[in-house]
Amino acid sequence: MTVTSDPPVQHAKRPSRLFKNLMAKLASIPMILTALVVFVGGTTWTVVYSFTGSRMLPKTNWVGFDQYERLWDSDRWIISIKNLGIYGSCSMILTLVIGFTLAACLDRKIRFESAFRTIFLYPFALSFVVTGLAWQWILNPDFGLQNVVRGWGWETFNFNPINDPDTVIFGLLIAGLWQGTGLIMCIMLAGLRGIDEDIWKAARVDGIGTVKTYVFVIIPMMRPVFVTSLVLIASGIIKLYDLVVAQTGGGPGLASEVPAKYVIEFMFRAQNLGQGFAASTMMLCSVVIILIPWAYLEFGGRKRA
Amino acid sequence: MPDMTNSTMTGPRGPKPKKSFSRANIFLYGTLIMVSMYYLLPLYVMVVTSLKGMPEIRMGNVFSPPMEVTFEPWVKAWSEACTGINCDGLSRGFGNSVRILIPSILLSIGIASINGYALSNWKFKGSEVFFTILIIGAFIPYQTMLYPIVIMLREIGLMGSIGGLVLVHTVFGMPILTLLFRNYFASIPEELFKAARVDGAGFWQIYFQIMLPMALPIFVVAIILQVTGIWNDFLFGVIYTKPATYPMTVQLNNIVNSVQGIKEYNVNMAATLLTGLVPLVIYFASGKLFVRGIAAGAVKG
Amino acid sequence: MTNLMKSLLVGTALTAVTATTAMADGVELEVTHWWTSGGEAAAVSKFAEAWNATGNTWVDGAIAGSGGTARPIIISRILGGDPMAATQLNHGRQAQELIEAGLLLDLTDVAEAGGWTDIVNPSSLLDACTLDGKIFCVPINIHSAQWIWLSHDAYENAGLEVPSDWNEFVASAGDLEAAGTLPLAMGQQGWQQSIAFGAITLAVAGLDAWKGVNVDKNADVARGPEYTAAFEAVASARALASESAVQDWNLATNMVITGQAGAQIMGDWAQGEFAVAEQVEGEDYSCLPGLGLNAVLDTGGDAFYFPVNDDPEITATQKELAALLISPEAQVSFNLAKGSLPVRGDIDMSAANGCMQKGLEILASGGVLPSADISFSADTQTQIEDLMAQFWTSDMSAAEAQASYADLIENAD
Repeated sequence: MTVTSDPPVQHAKRPSRLFKNLMAKLASIPMILTALVVFVGGTTWTVVYSFTGSRMLPKTNWVGFDQYERLWDSDRWIISIKNLGIYGSCSMILTLVIGFTLAACLDRKIRFESAFRTIFLYPFALSFVVTGLAWQWILNPDFGLQNVVRGWGWETFNFNPINDPDTVIFGLLIAGLWQGTGLIMCIMLAGLRGIDEDIWKAARVDGIGTVKTYVFVIIPMMRPVFVTSLVLIASGIIKLYDLVVAQTGGGPGLASEVPAKYVIEFMFRAQNLGQGFAASTMMLCSVVIILIPWAYLEFGGRKRA
Repeated sequence: MPDMTNSTMTGPRGPKPKKSFSRANIFLYGTLIMVSMYYLLPLYVMVVTSLKGMPEIRMGNVFSPPMEVTFEPWVKAWSEACTGINCDGLSRGFGNSVRILIPSILLSIGIASINGYALSNWKFKGSEVFFTILIIGAFIPYQTMLYPIVIMLREIGLMGSIGGLVLVHTVFGMPILTLLFRNYFASIPEELFKAARVDGAGFWQIYFQIMLPMALPIFVVAIILQVTGIWNDFLFGVIYTKPATYPMTVQLNNIVNSVQGIKEYNVNMAATLLTGLVPLVIYFASGKLFVRGIAAGAVKG
Repeated sequence: MTNLMKSLLVGTALTAVTATTAMADGVELEVTHWWTSGGEAAAVSKFAEAWNATGNTWVDGAIAGSGGTARPIIISRILGGDPMAATQLNHGRQAQELIEAGLLLDLTDVAEAGGWTDIVNPSSLLDACTLDGKIFCVPINIHSAQWIWLSHDAYENAGLEVPSDWNEFVASAGDLEAAGTLPLAMGQQGWQQSIAFGAITLAVAGLDAWKGVNVDKNADVARGPEYTAAFEAVASARALASESAVQDWNLATNMVITGQAGAQIMGDWAQGEFAVAEQVEGEDYSCLPGLGLNAVLDTGGDAFYFPVNDDPEITATQKELAALLISPEAQVSFNLAKGSLPVRGDIDMSAANGCMQKGLEILASGGVLPSADISFSADTQTQIEDLMAQFWTSDMSAAEAQASYADLIENAD
């Protein structure tokens, strides 16, 4: 489709072809500036300065890979990575499963569909700061869930994912899923609506059960939808910061620290820019490793198609 | 009965449930209602807590309805809560948030729609490369860019002003909005564009006379996304503004973290609800459009 | 005709001039700080009142959530070329690079006019503001971290005597626990746990070992037997605080105020919270500097810095504010409200309560130590705080924590 947009111009064209192309280029200047100056320029700057011993202000006192050595020696960084790994894999799987299941439920010609959809999606309109505060309050051991269940007579019930280092990540997960699954459900629902009615008829004729049809027929057909969802979820996970700050502050101790928080704290609180830049470069690397193949398939590949 | 399905284009496409009270149906509605409770619980708790007095909060549990309804926490959160020696609650931040929101939305959506249009109809050498960079940029943790942007804003003299923050929101809103518009414009039949070209219409003419009127639904989606995104932003607001221009989220954080004696959960929850009110209203008012827009933008990506 | 015109013009010009001078009298200065707890806000309003009384306006730029949240905002604004007129920072090394980059106002002339070198006590505070013989900040107050706060209510309810030092406290903890009271309140944040660690080491390992580590940065001392004992003491304190499920320091203080907890180790700013709750020292609560064992205090604290501004009028007003902050009246009213000690020894603090009097005595007798803000960089401090956060909230052994700590000291700067 892309290749075709150039040749027809040849017929209708007067000397204005260059001018018209120029206009598109001129109109794209803000985008080009953003891409080159802010995104490429900004990240390059950060990567370059991660090889310096900059403290409070950026300086060019080169130290080689010292910052990276220290980073990977740091317990806190390792804990942050592990936490993100646990949170990320749980969040990825659960968001997809819950999102798809809810979408499938809503797609079964049920009553009050729009009411349910509204309920599942509204948390997405709220910020992570709001989400974190609300769940911090619900999970408060003295007033919240734990207290209420104990009040029902289950005296030994123990669920304190705000102050218990072993479960704090799951406290974050509960809040994160609450905020984010609605969007994925919505995307999945749109994907389901895009599937031809005949598929269902054919499946029925062949006597394939509903669940089987979903798993073996519908899901493979929805591959692009899953890819989009996956990328959206992944980008949210890597950026995880506001929620942690609002809900747990990284605590108790270091139990809910995440990489993005490590970056901010070392850049500003510890006044060790070099260390913060090294950590953000590592985050950048992981993003690039995940994204380049995807971007190539999605955008680069299509050009050739 | 199952074969009588007669769905419209927008209707559900799944198989129709067989009987109204089949076991599968009870299971289906049971699940949905259970899940709904999980989604509604925090909203309920926030509302209930914000209507209780402190003594009641200290003795009760978070789920019980207020015995005595008081609007005191709301008044306090809006106009009396203190940070340092300023005791004017969230009211100051509200105006700032509006002043940040409106220009940010106009600028970011304006630029992104032109980008999307240029990218889908007027590809030029390298345009896909810039677009790919932009998309990768959307996934870069913002923390990586915070510091260089401080320097850039200093160089153009916009640090600390609302203008600077508007620029930052425009830049960081650009990737996802551009993607949205690019996909939407790509879905418009190309014949329309070609016909206009044959008639000799130029870049802006086609944009304003053909593309823009057709793109209204996606504009609505973009506006909704940006309102929620910008209104809820905390990180940029806190770094690139100053107390006189703090948006509402930063004020919320200030109020919640200014603990004087005991944490006033009722005031905190009222403040939280007040801050979330604008995006919630927009969302509830536009419910269906929002879903449709996501369908148009994201799925075809 | 022309004369009339002229006089008219002159007249307008004059009114314009007087108008500007009138404006100049009331300059607005934006001041950022992170004093947002009850006692802190009460203290900062004393400064604001004094400043507004001069005809100028104090524009308050409070940032909630402790120095860790506020400092990035303050620093990025100074770097971004849109600075506030004045800002709080802890004195010590936090601002060193900003000074080197020429971003902070040189206050040497104000200091000389005010004779700061003679009045500031201990003089190390002014040294922390000095770089290359020039003075760049106004020390505001002295805060020391080595205090334990004891709740009389908690001990009365348990039928126990209020302890008079750390060892007695540890001995009484079991009985306190048996009576259903949490022995030690502790906010689960690294900086608070680090303060408790510092106070316990000073009390248990002794002054020499403490200095060996915190001043000389001698890692061998940190590996030595004194510190082994100290780490074991901290490990047992950890057990006493294991049920403490609060995060903010003043919520932990509130547990002591209400008698839910027996004690808290916290800096002297906790004093302000007791004052706001209208508690009386000696009746409702006790305070023990140096945990009652070693009567020495460190001299951390807050200082105000004034970012360089292009506008000479603002610069002049900034210097006016600098002079006001250290004036005897402002020092007395601010520090009484905040519970901190004044930076000058020549003022009448007889209105201070028992805890502050104890601090003043120690200060007068010279039992002062440099604060961590002065001896360690923010980077090293963050690493120590991270280690403490890990140690206090996990079952990490004392020996393991000590080894990691010694490594940090070895690489400290």
